[in-house]
Order: sequence, then C-alpha cells, then structure tokens
Amino acid sequence: MATQHSRAAARLMNAPAVFVLLVWMLIPLCMTIYFSFMDYRPLRGVADCCVGFENYERFVTSSSFLSSVGTTLLMVGGILAITVIGGVLLALLLDQPIWGQGIVRILVIAPFFVMPTVSALVWKNMFMNPVNGLFAYLWKFFGATPIDWLSELPLFSIIWIVSWQWLPFATLILLTAVQSLSSEQLEAAEMDGASALSRFYYIILPHLGRAITVVILIQTIFLLSIFAEIFVTTNGAFGTRTLTYLVYQRVLESQNIGLGSAGGILAVILANIVAIFLMRIVGKNLDN
Amino acid sequence: MARAVTTQRKIVATAAAWIIGLAIFFPILWTVLTSFKTEAQAIADPPVWFGFDWTLENYSVVQERSNYFRFLMNSVIIAVGSTVLGLLIAIPSAWSMAFVPGKRTKDVLMWMLSTKMLPAVGVLFPIVLIARFLDLYDTHILLIVVLMLMNLPIIIWMLYTYFKEIPVDILEAARMDGASLRSEIIYVLTPMALPGIASTMLLNIILAWNEAFWTLNLTTTKAAPLTAFIASYSSPEGLFYAKLSAASTMAIAPILIMGWFSQKQLVRGLTFGAVK
Repeated sequence: MATQHSRAAARLMNAPAVFVLLVWMLIPLCMTIYFSFMDYRPLRGVADCCVGFENYERFVTSSSFLSSVGTTLLMVGGILAITVIGGVLLALLLDQPIWGQGIVRILVIAPFFVMPTVSALVWKNMFMNPVNGLFAYLWKFFGATPIDWLSELPLFSIIWIVSWQWLPFATLILLTAVQSLSSEQLEAAEMDGASALSRFYYIILPHLGRAITVVILIQTIFLLSIFAEIFVTTNGAFGTRTLTYLVYQRVLESQNIGLGSAGGILAVILANIVAIFLMRIVGKNLDN
Repeated sequence: MARAVTTQRKIVATAAAWIIGLAIFFPILWTVLTSFKTEAQAIADPPVWFGFDWTLENYSVVQERSNYFRFLMNSVIIAVGSTVLGLLIAIPSAWSMAFVPGKRTKDVLMWMLSTKMLPAVGVLFPIVLIARFLDLYDTHILLIVVLMLMNLPIIIWMLYTYFKEIPVDILEAARMDGASLRSEIIYVLTPMALPGIASTMLLNIILAWNEAFWTLNLTTTKAAPLTAFIASYSSPEGLFYAKLSAASTMAIAPILIMGWFSQKQLVRGLTFGAVK
C-alpha cells in the first residue's frame, strides 16, 4: 500500500521527534549515571571520581529511602483510590437526568485547570491554617479544637489537596465512558430484576474497565513526580517526603550530587517498573 | 405514578449533584471572593460571605509589588512557545506513524510514551548544568525547549489518535487522482486534522501553563512564569490572604476559562481516544 517513496518520507518526518526524545533521554540520563558513581559535592569542593556503588549503598541503606518509597506508594495509592472511586460515583451521579447538568459539569472540572502551586497555597493558608483557615472556623463553630492539618495530618492533607485537583480528570473521563453505555442493556437487566448493586457490579463496572485503566495510567505518570504541592506545603517535612522529593533535596538543597544522582537513577528504575506494568495493560487495551 | 417517581428522582439527583459540584468548586469561589475583600475581612471571624466592601485594591497592590504582567507574559511566551515548537515536531511524526505505519510503529509509540516515565528529578542536575554551560539558565528558550520535551510524548500520542481516525480511503482517492504528497497534506489532510491539532494545542498550553517542577528549578527572575510568581507567596512573612487570593485568581483565570471552553475536546485527547 505505502510506496517506497512515502516510507522514506515518513521516516524523515518521524526523525526529529525520535531524535530529540533520544537526546532528551540519553544525555541527561548518562550524566546522572556518571555522577552517581562520583563523590561530588560542589559546595565543599569535593569531586572524586569513581567511588563505585558507594552512593547507591548509602542511599538505599539510609532510613529515609525506605520511608520515602513508602510515602510515595501511600500518596499515589491514596490519591488513585480517592479519585477513581470518587470519580466513578460522581460520573454515575452526573449521568442522571439533572437540571443544570452543563453548569455542574463546569463546576466539577474546574480544579483540573488550577495551577498546582495555587491550589497548594490556597488549601494551605485559607483552609488548613490552624488559626485563620476556614476549617479552623468550622471546628471552632462545633466546639472542637482546630487541627493543624499540615503538621498533624500532613500526608492526608497532601493526598486531599492533590485528589481535589485530579478528581475532575477522573470524573470527566469516566463520565464519558458511562455515557457510552447502552441504556437498553441496563433496562433489560432492570426488567429481569437485577438489583442496582448487581447492575453496577456486572454491567457498569466491566464497561468502565478500560476508562479506569487509562485514568490510572495517566494519573500515575503525573503523580509519581508530585512536586509543587509538597514544595509549597510541607517542604518534605512531617513524613511527606516522596522519593522524588528526597532526590530533589539531596541534589539541590544539600548539594550532594553523587548521592542524589544515585537516588535519581533508583527513582528512574522504580518508575520504569511501574511503567512497564502499566504499559502492558494499556498496550493490550489499545490493540482492540 | 412512574412519572412522579422520575421527577422525584431527578430532584434528588439534581440536589446531590449541585451540592457536590459546589463543594468541589468552593475553594476556587472562596479564593475569588477573598480577592475582593480587605485583609481584615479576609480573616474575619466568623467568615464574611458576600456582605463585605468589594475592593480592587488587592489586585493593584499585587501588580505594583511584583509586576504581575511580566510573569504573565513569561507564562504566555513559555506556554505558547513550547506548544508551537512541540507541534512543529509532533505533527510530522504523528502523521507519518498514523498513515505510513511500519512494523515497529507501535514500539516507537510505546517508547515515546515511556520517556514520560523518566522522573524529572532524576535528570534535573544535568539539565541545570547543561543550561548553565550553554548560558541559557533563566531564559525563555530553555523553558520552551524543556517543557516542549516534557510534553512531546503526550502530544504525539494525541495527534496520532486523531490522525488515525481520518479515513484512509480519502487519501487513497487523492493519491489515485495524482495528488502529490504536498497537495495531499495541504488540501486533504490539514482540513480534517485541524480540530485534533487545535485540541492538542489547548491541552499542551494548559499543561505548560501549570507545570511547576521545571519552571521553579530553571528560573530565578527574568524568565519566571506565574507558577514561580505564586510560589513566592508561600513565604511565611505575614499571611496576606486577600493579596494571595488576588494573585491566585489572576494566575488561574486565563487557563480556567480556556479549559472550560475546550472541555469536550479534552476528554478524547487526554485518553488518547481510548475512551469514547
């Protein structure tokens, strides 16, 4: 079908994209790998080549490594659970015949467009602040002691903030999927006396499978590298240090490039393990 | 009877949806409201809802203090620049993979998406070094290039899915009629591809506008966009809620309005057409 000529042209057209992505991946990555084998601390004037796997050993054996991996998993898992479950419920609700559906939809998707730095700051100061935050007023109104959210429940607070930003995305995608479900099938099931719960479990949920996979894939890509929300709220304190943030602190704050680079490579490896797993599922889904 | 039940159900669903919708939107609404209050009213106990003296003072203070428009211009330059550059590279690439697929096209696509899995933090320091070496640190061009590379896999995927949906028959017919590759692109493909390109462009602008990791770490003053402008408000020296709100409102308004207008197209683009 395609001629020799058009094949050559196609290759030429694809070349710039392949080239820049290759360069983008390889050069910085090779540099990071190189640094990870060095004792490189520019602030102290140390630049010792070739310390073997010392950095890796130190990074992995330090207690902050394991806790940061745990934090990352908890954070990503928590946000995924809230947004996917919340997204399914909200999508089902918005699919009902309601007045002003268009406006409600606009209200619901709005947080998705809010800059992460803005949402983190707004939540931190205007809602979660223990003195002037709106939650503090609410707690006082009911006679309870206000909570200092970001130091007492830091991980929960960040999960909450990020979930608020990503719930719209999940809802939007899942709503589109719900709307493509044939109502005949549901009505037939209803006629046959299937309860609402079993209709949800046997018809709606399987239909949403593909959309849920896509939501999980895309969110995981973005959530593994959460940065602004932590940077602005707790700056990694109180057990909110994810792997990404730990590496960031080693490289930029303590300027231990060797150690941070080893951590960066570990982050790349871990992200790719997750990625391979996810891409398999998506690849399978995209084939049909 | 059945009718009454449906109306009742509709009322319940409407009430529930509106309550949840307003709850989700509330932080944005509250921010916008607070931006028109005085600082005293912003932290009043109990909170004031609408009965305050509306003022525009915060907006002018924010603009005076940190020159909002310069940050805005930086955001516009970076978001638009990286989008245009990205499209220039992504359109030919997606076009070729959609219309002249080879044996390895699927692998190439998967590989491209996998570059998105590279945690930015893993390569931050080399990028900073390269930027300093090329004397590009804190410049628009650096951010344009980096954000373009960050989003390139996503926009190639989006365009690929849109292009895939263009019927090949039409192309074949044009080829039969002896259309050259160039006229094929200009007269046949472009008109059909434009909607897809437009929504890809919108999504890319939104992503670039909100990107924080690279903008915070690769800029200091000259090229700092709105993400950095807002982050500068995170210092604890005095909690100026009204001013923070005014700054936040100004930072999110352009992109929020743009997002609302493009919400329909976003779904398809965001899911690579996997959800219809």
